[in-house]
Amino acid sequence: MTLADISSNLLYVAFIAYLIATFVFGGAVKGNKKGTYRSEERWGKVAITITVIGFLAQLGYFITRWMVTGHAPISNMFEFTTAFGMTLVGGFIILYALYKTAVLGMIVLPIALLIIAYASMFPSEVSPLIPALQTNWLAIHVITVVIAEGILAISAAAGLIYLLKVVDQKKKSKQRFWLEAIMYSLVLVLGFVVTSTFFTLTNYEADFAYVNKDGQPSEITYNMPAIFGMNEFEPMTDGAFTPLLEMPPIVHAGKLTTVLWSVVVGTVLYALIRLIFRKRISEMLQPFTKNVNLQLMDEINYRSIIIGFPIFSLGALIFAMIWAQIAWSRFWGWDPKEVWALVTFLFYAAYLHLRLGRGWAGEKSAWLAVIGFVIIMFNLVAVNLIIAGLHSYA
Amino acid sequence: MDKLICKCGHENPPGTVLCESCGRPLNEQEQNKQLADMRYEGTARRSQTYNKSIIDKIWNFFSSVKVGVGIIVVLLIAAALGTILPQKQYVPATTEADIEAYYTDIYGSVGTVYHALGFHDLYNSFWFIGLVGMLAISLIIASLDRFVPLYKSLKNQRVLRHSSFMRKQRILAEGPGDAETLKKAEEKLTDLKYKVSTDKNGLLAEKGRFSRWGPYVNHIGLIIFLFGVMLRMMPGFYVDETLWIREGETRAIPDAPGYVLESKGFTLETYTGEGEEEKFGEAIDRVGTVAKNYQTDVVLYKIPEDALPGDTDEMEKVEEHAIRVNQPFKFDGYALYQMDFQQDELKTMSFALQNKETGESRGELTIDLVNPETNYELEDGSVVELLGYYPDFSGFENGEPQTATPLPKNPGFLVKMTTPDTPDGETSFITIQNTVEPLGDNDYKLAFQGVETRDASGLTVRKDRTLPILGLGGLIFMIGVAQGMYFNHRRFWIQQQADGSILLAGHTNKNWFGLKKDLDQVTEHASLPAYRDQQEDMEAQEKREGEQLT
Repeated sequence: MTLADISSNLLYVAFIAYLIATFVFGGAVKGNKKGTYRSEERWGKVAITITVIGFLAQLGYFITRWMVTGHAPISNMFEFTTAFGMTLVGGFIILYALYKTAVLGMIVLPIALLIIAYASMFPSEVSPLIPALQTNWLAIHVITVVIAEGILAISAAAGLIYLLKVVDQKKKSKQRFWLEAIMYSLVLVLGFVVTSTFFTLTNYEADFAYVNKDGQPSEITYNMPAIFGMNEFEPMTDGAFTPLLEMPPIVHAGKLTTVLWSVVVGTVLYALIRLIFRKRISEMLQPFTKNVNLQLMDEINYRSIIIGFPIFSLGALIFAMIWAQIAWSRFWGWDPKEVWALVTFLFYAAYLHLRLGRGWAGEKSAWLAVIGFVIIMFNLVAVNLIIAGLHSYA
Repeated sequence: MDKLICKCGHENPPGTVLCESCGRPLNEQEQNKQLADMRYEGTARRSQTYNKSIIDKIWNFFSSVKVGVGIIVVLLIAAALGTILPQKQYVPATTEADIEAYYTDIYGSVGTVYHALGFHDLYNSFWFIGLVGMLAISLIIASLDRFVPLYKSLKNQRVLRHSSFMRKQRILAEGPGDAETLKKAEEKLTDLKYKVSTDKNGLLAEKGRFSRWGPYVNHIGLIIFLFGVMLRMMPGFYVDETLWIREGETRAIPDAPGYVLESKGFTLETYTGEGEEEKFGEAIDRVGTVAKNYQTDVVLYKIPEDALPGDTDEMEKVEEHAIRVNQPFKFDGYALYQMDFQQDELKTMSFALQNKETGESRGELTIDLVNPETNYELEDGSVVELLGYYPDFSGFENGEPQTATPLPKNPGFLVKMTTPDTPDGETSFITIQNTVEPLGDNDYKLAFQGVETRDASGLTVRKDRTLPILGLGGLIFMIGVAQGMYFNHRRFWIQQQADGSILLAGHTNKNWFGLKKDLDQVTEHASLPAYRDQQEDMEAQEKREGEQLT
């Protein structure tokens, strides 16, 4: 086995460990009839042990991949997103050590699993660094950011648990709708993973020629049956599914096709869940939060932002500015990724001021923490893939 | 307004909520609260006290957290709006008209509206800069409004507080004690790194007060940072120039008086996927080519200060250097960055002056496309005169040829050819693959013979004297944030009352779990009465009431 094989096997081990740990945490929460810490302690211990094993395996993946590529493995979508999954679990382990809450693991681990699965849909071969990335600042800047985002995401998980407990599932309300919308969007990510995996396993490929937005002829490979066609497309693969609709040049029809497939498959999955269980997902999860201490969830929510915010400022703004000054001659250039890092920073600054200055705690804080995670995910997914800029890789 | 005199006899400035000395609530509203509002220690803040003059009103506006958060949220939304379409600096157009046309051409009516609203240059718009300015004012005023009274209050705090103050704290314990209780509590608290002061029958234990200054320190950092950004608009603080330099060329560095740069050559390397790089083979196959290095080898010269202007003979060589991406060349406060390149740029073009009918040549000429001569003398007294040169010919406007850029990408020449056969001269306009004869048919033509090419490097010349100020601002900000967030200000007040019973109150600015952990240890060691969390009690009560109602 080469080092590269060991590396990817370690990632599988981590993935499976997180998967098992999710269920053990679920069991610990479910089996906790008395509502005391002691009664979930035994299974909680087993679950956190499995989680730590998974985390160490993933750390092993990270280190061995660093050895293989010769640079910090955070240089493309696959590597960065995988690392985000790892820091999310790392952040959880820290907060579990502080607060011992099994229910947090039951929510964080599936999210980490989804993130790692999402990452695996991107090309994962080791890739060389372009000149702009050839510096130690790559490791310094990106690792700091990914750690900060992992910790900040824990606040969203705590917020989500808080909301699952307090939002009344029997009464129609905005809160109930939006909480379920969050669950639905998580299922959509699953839809993307399922679709992508299916077409990868069946080796679907179709090439098209098209005219890009600058009027130049280009080529594109679709890995899913093309629902939308690129501007003035011409099929180059025999028997390929003919696009139903042609898009104007500024719309990347290939990406739009992927999005639509994910939404369709995700929605079907969601509909199936609703049909089989006859309940909203948040309603199904609510019983798990029966013994949740709301004060504690609020504290975890706030505490993870307090720990994460300074790290985020350091990594995503200060280190970023230092590197930008070295690589691009200016510390700030209003590149979309920079702007969204600033938006994230301002958002958490607003959270802190609302909390300290206006007493926004509890449910309001929980909603804000969840929105913060949405902004982080937007910066990771949409800004990289949709809004073109200096940071768009993969 | 009058000073507020507390029952304990202390004179408090008007607007005070909790007596500075004993902590008694000073107004009715505060007296009726179950828990004291400890955010600013109940001190008199200017913004909560005065509201008469226009200055009071402005002060109160900017000191409000609500307004501050409002500004943050508006800025956040505005910043996000600017990322919907690319900003003008990322658009491949230079003139205002071209930029406007680009948005319409590429993005249709959305682009037109975006441009019309000024969102293509949103971050330089007066309203965006105005918002940042308002944020800066808010940072200063809101900090002063809170810091000054808070500092005074914490500096002068007394050990003994009135029981009404203590009973309004979130953490409260009451119960029997003995003669040893206070001493033992003091022991354990000192153990836990609390600073303990005692007065008669009471003690005050305090830890991490400096964390209370964190917000003000980080705000100072932000203000210094914004001040640094503002300074860049002053002349002399900031240089941002582009220098295109070709292989073998020597040019003065713009905005760096006395410095001259020579380019030895530009190098572009790509990954081969062989040998050491074999592991990258798969990735390279997928994306085609991947750049490995962009590099310009340069020599820096300095012109002595006593040299005559334009005299380049006495240049002194300063340094040879390789400029690469991520490795700018720094000298004397300037930095040169490898930003762009143009491979195989046209260097010269050669032509032969030929008789169209016979094909007979009157000789060849070579035109330097960067510094063309005006007269080219050939055999037999034939002359080609260069009447006009358009390095990047882009078409005619009012009959005049135009050039889009000064770079020789698509050269056009307006020439006058004089030979013994045609002594009056013939005029011709020549571009690549096309010749126009504006004044009628000519007998002679310039036949294209060949080109020479070379690489050119696009370097950015930068001087930014505000960087140390920005760095200082960033450092102070980080210190302030860490100070405020990674440390907590915890306090316990313990009093032994006349009957020997113990009254204990605890407060922290955050992380109540940490405070309780400390208190658990003290309680065990000194056998203190069990404490309760009054906020949790209140919430539990509310919940019970809520359940009864439904």
